[in-house]
Amino acid sequence: MPSTLAIEASGLVKSFGTTRAVDGVDLAVPRGAVYGVLGPNGAGKTTVIRMLATLLRPDAGSARVLGHDIVAEADAVRGLVSLTGQLASVDDDLTGRENLILLGRLLGYSTREARERADELLAAFGLREAAGRLVKNYSGGMRRRLDVAASIVVTPELMFLDEPTTGLDPRSRNEVWDIVRALVGRGTTVLLCTQYLDEADQLADRIAVIDRGKVIAEGTPGRLKASVGQGALHVRLLGPEHRAEAARMLSRALDTDAQLDADPAALSVPVQDAERASEAVAELSRAGLGLASFSLAQPSLDEVFLALTGHPAEEEAA
Amino acid sequence: MSTAPTTQAPRPQQAADAALHTALSRSARPPRAGPLSAALTFGWRGMYKVKHVPEQLLDVTITPVLFLLMFTYLFGGAVAGSTSQYLQYLLPGILVQTVLFTCVYSGVALNTDITKGVVDRFRSLPIWRPAPLVGAVLGDTVRYALAATVVVLLGLVMGFRPAAGVGGVLAGMVLVIVFAFGLSWVFTTVGLLMRSPSAVLNAGFMTLFPLIFLSNIFVDPSTLPGALEAFVGVNPISHLVTATRDLMAGVATAGALALVLSEAAALTAVFAPLTVHLYRGKD
Ligand SMILES: Nc1ncnc2c1ncn2[C@@H]1O[C@H](COP(=O)(O)OP(=O)(O)OP(=O)(O)O)[C@@H](O)[C@H]1O
Ligand SMILES: [Mg+2]
Repeated sequence: MPSTLAIEASGLVKSFGTTRAVDGVDLAVPRGAVYGVLGPNGAGKTTVIRMLATLLRPDAGSARVLGHDIVAEADAVRGLVSLTGQLASVDDDLTGRENLILLGRLLGYSTREARERADELLAAFGLREAAGRLVKNYSGGMRRRLDVAASIVVTPELMFLDEPTTGLDPRSRNEVWDIVRALVGRGTTVLLCTQYLDEADQLADRIAVIDRGKVIAEGTPGRLKASVGQGALHVRLLGPEHRAEAARMLSRALDTDAQLDADPAALSVPVQDAERASEAVAELSRAGLGLASFSLAQPSLDEVFLALTGHPAEEEAA
Repeated sequence: MSTAPTTQAPRPQQAADAALHTALSRSARPPRAGPLSAALTFGWRGMYKVKHVPEQLLDVTITPVLFLLMFTYLFGGAVAGSTSQYLQYLLPGILVQTVLFTCVYSGVALNTDITKGVVDRFRSLPIWRPAPLVGAVLGDTVRYALAATVVVLLGLVMGFRPAAGVGGVLAGMVLVIVFAFGLSWVFTTVGLLMRSPSAVLNAGFMTLFPLIFLSNIFVDPSTLPGALEAFVGVNPISHLVTATRDLMAGVATAGALALVLSEAAALTAVFAPLTVHLYRGKD
């Protein structure tokens, strides 16, 4: 009976020395969607991916990927998934085209087919002009695109993506996102690890938040965000003299306490509803308090963490 | 290059989407690559690395070449009576030195692949698991052959005239390459144990240098003090040098060849499985 789940993990544990990198993780990832794994540095995201991609053997617990046990049927799993690791795992000393031909050959294409496939992918990923250049001369965005291309030389059923946009500029990030969407559009399941709530929000249908090796929350992005509010309204006045009054007005308009920032002219208020926030800003401006700037920010990962765990997201001491 | 563009010119979005769609719509999975085919593909990768980064080959060839020039012209007269006579003695040893230094790079390359995450991708592919290792070591033998050729050609230009002719020289080169194949497994093991490529390089050179100097590459061991002579006598590098010299001079004995081949086999038998074991059990 084929399971409707792409990944079912229960009680996964992995320790390195005395560090419990993954400490009892359960996951149920439906097929055909993007599943986000969100967590700060050192949370255990990469370790989870490495176990699911059969690179690491769990110390305890078990998992099935596309119906195959990750330990007993590791080879079958490898035949169905592909991994885009956290370090763009392409060969610096080869050209982009050679990298893709190498993988095509390893996956069973003939030399001619591997070349055709490489050219097709280079064109699709905007790397045609860079095809003959050594990868060590690529920009970060080009490397990442090549890395993703290398993962779909044979289109996988399930793709592991470990922080695919960390360090990329917004434009390159959007390109990677488009590729992920296109992949999912044709039926691939994607497990996406990220440190950015924004990225999980853009791409993922469901999110597991992990911290210190444990899943601390799971659900749709909407539900997770609702648990921490919509974010915050940040206001900066022309001078500090009216700040107290502005704080009073905002607190009243939004039914919650305003926080005074370190900047003596700035303050912020948690916001549940964007409409009410915009009315509150209009009110400030009508009152003539001298508005320098305002912005409505999404809750940061830090805020999500604070709300979910009661402690700020920080790298665990090794 | 600091002027390399960081992003490409904007592409027409629709054309790009269509190309992406085509690339993704190909879903037929080819039959799995066989073990040999996968290993040879990794060997091919090694070749391309030599092509793109020839400096690496030069690095290891340049030191022995300098040794060859320096020892021949500076000390040749004093050690062997004449530079040309000393060259006949020295060249097979320099050949060995060059190729064995090249072996260290097998470990360096493996460690680089691990630290850069390339190995993670290889290990997640549905291929014969030791293929990357076997392929890399096979590819490396081509590098050994290239390095050996450089040394022999230089020797011929300088006046190396081996008694056994072309056949003897080729036989000597093959023997050195076979031994190097065995030794490279030692360095792949080191490559899996060390933290960084430069640590592998240092560890490799630090072990090889004393073994090279305490061998019969440069001087006839009978001129050495007793304890040293004894060490030189049991050093496998000396055995290899002797056999290579004899092959090139046309006086090789079956016993000397068998000794070298069994030492190469022993290195392979111990360190190849150890490498594979460490590679599989990485973390
Ligand atoms: N091979 C290893 N040896 C020792 N400790 C390790 C190893 N891999 C991971 N760890 C430790 O396990 C913990 C989890 O690491 P992991 O890389 O899974 O986190 P992550 O969520 O991917 O973090 P990041 O966002 O920084 O990539 C960390 O404390 C890390 O130091
Ligand atoms: Mg990570």
